[in-house]
Amino acid sequence: MRHSRQKFADAQRLVMRCACKDGYSSNNPTKGTTRMKAFLKAAMAALILTPAVAAPALAQNGPLRIEITEGVIEPLPFALPAFVAETPDATEMAAQIGQVIAADLTGTGLFREIPREAHIQRIGVFDTPVSYSDWQAINAQALIVGGVSMQGGKLVVKFRLFDVFSGQQMGDGQQLAASPASWRRLAHKVADVIYSRITGEGGYFDSRVVYVAESGPKDARQKRLAVMDYDGANTQYLTDSSTIVLAPRFSNAGDKVLYTTFETGFPRIKMLDLASVSARLLPEVPGTMTFAPRFSPDGASIVYSLEQGGNTDLWKMGVDGGQPQRLTNSPSIETAPSYSPDGSRIVFESDRSGTQQLYIMSASGGEPTRISFGEGRYGTPVWSPRGDLVAFTKQHAGRFHIGVMRTDGSEERLLTASFLDEGPSWSPNGRVIMFTRESPGAEGGAALWSVDISGRNLKRVPTPGAASDPAWSPLLR
Amino acid sequence: MKFATKAVILLAGLALAACNNPDKYASGAGVVDPGGAYGDGGISQGSINDPNSPAYFAATIGDKVLFAVDQSTLTPEARSILAGQAQWLGSHPAYNAIIEGHADEQGTREYNLALGARRANSVQEYLVSQGVSSARLRTVSYGKERPLAVCSTEDCYSKNRRAVTVISMGLGS
Repeated sequence: MRHSRQKFADAQRLVMRCACKDGYSSNNPTKGTTRMKAFLKAAMAALILTPAVAAPALAQNGPLRIEITEGVIEPLPFALPAFVAETPDATEMAAQIGQVIAADLTGTGLFREIPREAHIQRIGVFDTPVSYSDWQAINAQALIVGGVSMQGGKLVVKFRLFDVFSGQQMGDGQQLAASPASWRRLAHKVADVIYSRITGEGGYFDSRVVYVAESGPKDARQKRLAVMDYDGANTQYLTDSSTIVLAPRFSNAGDKVLYTTFETGFPRIKMLDLASVSARLLPEVPGTMTFAPRFSPDGASIVYSLEQGGNTDLWKMGVDGGQPQRLTNSPSIETAPSYSPDGSRIVFESDRSGTQQLYIMSASGGEPTRISFGEGRYGTPVWSPRGDLVAFTKQHAGRFHIGVMRTDGSEERLLTASFLDEGPSWSPNGRVIMFTRESPGAEGGAALWSVDISGRNLKRVPTPGAASDPAWSPLLR
Repeated sequence: MKFATKAVILLAGLALAACNNPDKYASGAGVVDPGGAYGDGGISQGSINDPNSPAYFAATIGDKVLFAVDQSTLTPEARSILAGQAQWLGSHPAYNAIIEGHADEQGTREYNLALGARRANSVQEYLVSQGVSSARLRTVSYGKERPLAVCSTEDCYSKNRRAVTVISMGLGS
């Protein structure tokens, strides 16, 4: 990992330089909201190496306040007093919603919750005037106040976000309503708004993850498709475990899932409609295997691997049929294709050079350009939703890594290292990567893990049992 | 296409039946599975003492061949086993075979599926070169999904990088 740490340090220096250019280094006096934004902005810009994305929100006067010491970023402290139950039947919901919002924010690693025991002001009524000095005294940079009520069978959540040190509200208060069964989604939506206001980036909490739930011994593993909230809640099984299923992938609209199934005895691609939980096999050429499918961003076509006579190439077909189109024609293995967000290009892996490496070609095929040149083997590339990075699995010296590189192959950074990490999937905002980590040996098993693209905040995603092949949905609507 | 559509449908049906039987290893004392085949063609394996039985094919002739890391090239030992398989298939025209390709766990899922297909195809091509009709053979890859040995050392990996010839019933049987 020495190599990658070195690279990361270099990247940080680069970003700090860029950040200054973008207006962090102003001499103007502190102005609260700007100050809080700059605090996280600087931290996040350093994390993601894309200061250009963050720049618009920073193009204002504000102090430089980069809390980075050797790559460690101090999380922003926030206070979230218990949400006020405004109707008697909303008490339990109010408590749970507050908990989910706090867990979403702290789960990013960018925020830290100040324990309620430390709070000085008590918020018993939603419209209570904020006593800023009370919150400044406990060093809360952000204050989140909320109210929950039941109105005509609907669950209603309203909230306000305050910038404590500038002594003002940050953005307008908002109110959201839904059926009580959707209370977690409401909480995630509130957390997304708060995250977005403070960081200037889109959120990712109101999203789902489709994955393969695993059970049974290693030599007879049973696999079934499951879908859950991004944080592991609300698991729902989509198939039974009568046959092997692999590598599900969401459509960009979040309504369909492609996966590979052995239900005919041979690997074939199936498309599942989430609303009806009904699936159909895609047409195939007899005597071939098809696998590694992924939707185009517009959802109209599917790129996939087709194996014939021992040779695997990339093909494309329309979701609603039509003549499949061959994209590569090489005696090597071409697989794991992934579209650029604009749909114009495809990144994939090929062993045409002798080992697995990453290549980019036009979405209509043609001569590919190799982008990976480091030591080891590179596979399972996935284009980030922002378009600037490709996440991948790297094998080197007997270890597996999840890493990211720019789409021209530069600035490679390894984020993880273990016996077996593979199959990265991007959060909707391109900040977090979820992947499979498998432990070794006869008793070894797979689990879902996530990591920030800085390599920080590595953690296991809770699932009811063993799990593999996560695929993150877009932000839900 | 190498395969008659009818044969493909039949074989696919048999394989599906096999997949839907979770107890396929538990029943039938005397059934041997030295090659670690995942599908069993949905047929009776018979006795290993009966030279005409799939069990004899698996245990005595040898139903599996091993590969080096990342390779699908047949070793001399593999060729010798496959020559025996071809001979047996030649004298038992009522049977067909599904060739399963497998990989060890040291690789990504998609790549291992493709690698397993390469291995299965190597075996198929060799059997055809030894006179077995390609219409009697079908390949499938399980990638790293069905290891035979479960430890995470080369000792197990070398057993898992394999192709297994699974005997199934032929047309009209």
